[in-house]
Amino acid sequence: MEKRELICIGCPLGCPLTVTMENGEVLQVEGNTCKRGDVYARKEVTNPTRIVTSTVTVEGGSDVTVPVKTRSDIPKEKIFECVRALKGVTVKAPVHIGDVIVANAADTGVDIIATANVE
Amino acid sequence: MKTYDIVIIGGGPAGLAAAASAKKSGTDSILILERDKELGGILNQCIHNGFGLHTFKEELTGPEYAARFIEEVKELGIEYKLHTMVMDISPEKVVTAMNREDGMFQIQAKAVILAMGCRERSRGALNIPGYRPAGIYSAGTAQRLVNREGFLPGREVVILGSGDIGLIMARRMTFEGAKVKVVAELMPYSGGLKRNIVQCLNDYGIPLKLSHTVVEIRGKERLTGVTIAQVDQKGKPIPGTEEDYDCDTLLLSVGLIPENELSRAAGVDMNPVTSGPVVNESLETSLEGVFACGNVLHVHDLVDFVSEEAAAAGRNASAYVKGSRTAESGREIRMNPTEGVRYTVPSVIRPEQMDDTLTVRFRVGGVYKNCYISVYFDDERVMRRKRPVVAPGEMEEIRLEKAKLLERPDLKTITVKIEEA
Repeated sequence: MEKRELICIGCPLGCPLTVTMENGEVLQVEGNTCKRGDVYARKEVTNPTRIVTSTVTVEGGSDVTVPVKTRSDIPKEKIFECVRALKGVTVKAPVHIGDVIVANAADTGVDIIATANVE
Repeated sequence: MKTYDIVIIGGGPAGLAAAASAKKSGTDSILILERDKELGGILNQCIHNGFGLHTFKEELTGPEYAARFIEEVKELGIEYKLHTMVMDISPEKVVTAMNREDGMFQIQAKAVILAMGCRERSRGALNIPGYRPAGIYSAGTAQRLVNREGFLPGREVVILGSGDIGLIMARRMTFEGAKVKVVAELMPYSGGLKRNIVQCLNDYGIPLKLSHTVVEIRGKERLTGVTIAQVDQKGKPIPGTEEDYDCDTLLLSVGLIPENELSRAAGVDMNPVTSGPVVNESLETSLEGVFACGNVLHVHDLVDFVSEEAAAAGRNASAYVKGSRTAESGREIRMNPTEGVRYTVPSVIRPEQMDDTLTVRFRVGGVYKNCYISVYFDDERVMRRKRPVVAPGEMEEIRLEKAKLLERPDLKTITVKIEEA
């Protein structure tokens, strides 16, 4: 049996988690105060994922940048590919929350969307 | 002079939540004064995710979280003025402000809600010796440059202080192609949230050196490097532990200071521990009808709790304006933070005035493992909650029930402390 100590990143509470594993399978998650902690722990020891946030340049808008994020979490090892996919991307104003900026970023099947309105 | 029932100073997360809540409590005449070009405050540059889990049960970025409140404020038809700097609040609640359109103007408010937020501690407050070259920024300034202005402040970065903004910027600068070499923290523990150490430093292999500080800054025109040394228990650098780092950028993430010049000038009593106003259960300051919420009251880690606190301030300000508060009995219970607990908000509770449940927020002064958070009503322990770990970087809370306080007419002091297991 193997025990792994994690800090939950599901929310800023940062619960200390203990995951008990055997032969790569999760037997038990302890220390979480909500269901998200359980989900995070199981994912983190098998297939860790993250949401990626960044900005892209806007032309002709009230701001020169618009913040963006992956619509959902993506595999951790794809983070830098996603960041690279945003390099040089420029959009024209207006941009609204939820607009797709890059579809299927880095072949993750996840779109990168705007997270602010720029008129 | 124009009059409003409630004037709110600041249109960030605290001001927005306070306004929406006051309006929903039945007060229509509300004005928000905001100095920036838009509502939302610092959330607009906090493009990372992790906001809103408590409030909306989903994970949002800062701008998305702000947008929800901005929309609500607009839908509720609450008035606001942008580009407007408040110059003075008098004890009689006359607010003096100025902007380019109206010039200088005064507003008579029945109630004022202080929601000015906080600002970053700067290099000047730290006394780091050396030259003053370009390339030294507060973490929040760098965040604004990268996220809002579209500039990268530098390529080789050292970060002093492990506050949350510094940790977030370590990851952000890495995404933009900069090399973050090290984060040095003076204290033996991090000032930021654990989750940010995991997902902003550990994920990218950025070392965090606890009990370390910057002892030398090199470079005359532009920063060329810094020296970091280990410090002893008193925070004094230990000779022989110096390490040189070549870098063109030093970010400072060394704490936040509530922005209370207006509050002080108005004559509000201040709490030296939080640098924010002393408030009672209604989040009302020592000036009747002047309320405070958010980071101007005490620095928070989670915007969700700012919104919750501000909503209470808005509700209470509305009750004050409408005259619907319970008549005062003069009874006050003093909060007594001690033995590891640095402060509580509120500092005083008038049981008749409190909601059925009151959240008391506080911070501890050090890292305690396997400890209890204990609450005493005078000498009697009434609550003991086991915690695997508590740390100064993470705000704690307890809840008090009105019924329990009313049951004890002789109760004078509520003590909150940390007890070792």
